[in-house]
Amino acid sequence: MSWEWEIIWQYLPKLLDGAWLTLELIALSGLFGMLLALPIALMRASKNAWLRAIPFAYIFFFRGTPLLVQIFLIYYGASQFEVIKESFLWPILKQPYWCAIIAFSLNTAAYSAELLRGAIQSIPKGEVEVCEALGMSKPLMIRRVVLPRAFGIVLPAYGNELLLMLKSSALASTITLLDITGMARTIIARTYTPMEMFFAAGMVYLVIAALMIATFRFIEFRLNRYQYYHHTPLPKTLDPQLRDEHLDT
Amino acid sequence: MDLQGFGHLLLSGSWMTMQLALTSLVFGLMLGLLGAAAKLSRSPVARGIAVGYTTIIRGIPELLLVLTLYFGGAQVLMWAASFFGYDEYIEVGPFAAGVAALSIAFGAYSTEVFRMAMLEIPKGQSEAAQAMGMTRNQTFLRITMPQLWRLALPGLGNLFQVLLKDTALVSVVGLNELMRQASVGAASTKEPFTFYMAAAVLYLGLTLLATLFTMYMERVCNPAARGGRS
Repeated sequence: MSWEWEIIWQYLPKLLDGAWLTLELIALSGLFGMLLALPIALMRASKNAWLRAIPFAYIFFFRGTPLLVQIFLIYYGASQFEVIKESFLWPILKQPYWCAIIAFSLNTAAYSAELLRGAIQSIPKGEVEVCEALGMSKPLMIRRVVLPRAFGIVLPAYGNELLLMLKSSALASTITLLDITGMARTIIARTYTPMEMFFAAGMVYLVIAALMIATFRFIEFRLNRYQYYHHTPLPKTLDPQLRDEHLDT
Repeated sequence: MDLQGFGHLLLSGSWMTMQLALTSLVFGLMLGLLGAAAKLSRSPVARGIAVGYTTIIRGIPELLLVLTLYFGGAQVLMWAASFFGYDEYIEVGPFAAGVAALSIAFGAYSTEVFRMAMLEIPKGQSEAAQAMGMTRNQTFLRITMPQLWRLALPGLGNLFQVLLKDTALVSVVGLNELMRQASVGAASTKEPFTFYMAAAVLYLGLTLLATLFTMYMERVCNPAARGGRS
């Protein structure tokens, strides 16, 4: 087996271009996903059974099927309907870039809504009762107490979710986008050096993952600083996927 | 939903997906057990290898792993075989590459699950077993292993769901599993939405089956929860 380092150095700038697209995809779909996840999680945590059913079906579908199916459903599936082709949506849905972002956003919204719901439900009951005793209206309570608390609790788990999204963003290469994986495949088609290029692509992913972990540790430290000063034990009933082994004792 | 005679194709694809998932599960579990044993071992070399394995694999997309093993696997195998004096051409098929990639990924994640489960078993139990004269292997098989399953099953169940969904990635290298058969149907009928939706429903069915199976296994592995044994 021959191994050529020069090829890696030669094409590294191209891979970094791909890395830029990957980051763009994650950032945009992370943002849209979070915006979508908020109402879904609130509905999911509501006491009304009908209100709970809709997000349940949504989450069940998007967590139970492969992301690849979801991407293909949006990118190839949308063209089956004349209605969509003639509507104002078509200029967006015919571009692989936006299709990937839509699919990733819908997918990550389902996962993070479930995490948020766990966080919302693990907020100590007393805090909610205090708000009611103070006469806060429901929207005010959600804005001032429930969401800030839930964000603090969900943060470590959401960091994991973003890392998983970094990994699943490689699927964008299946609909012709030139993200890191897509770029590596294009280069390989030209140079036929699969091992070198895939190795390089893997290293780029690892570096991005490491940077993301560091950023999240920092944000976590800033937002949950009180936990670093006085250790407040998390409730025993907390959803295990929300636990952070660095904060547990 | 009108599948225009492509229904059997989707069913055969589902069967292939199941085979792929189960084969990868078997090898993945072996890798996970090995990884956990290595992480908890006294040898720093074994620990280093296990930590490197889990860190690298968990940071790399599964799709990249599938592609690497499919397009580069033959190269590496031929290179390794040349040390044993075998210089013929070796081909790595999509199924083999898929199983290798998925079980390596599953192994990395299950290493953590098994490690946590092993740590949860009180140390006194294996000490007692050794005091009674059992060998290390006997202790593992008789004392640790039966409890390990019970503690690890919820985590493994989640990972199996992930594995099941990741099998769709192997369609990228041309294995005739569910996702690829749906693409074939979509391409020949020009009705992509119908076929990908059908595939999605079949995947939902498969994940539902997997969930039920996990729940059943959790019951089997936990006699205390079944109760009523006198």
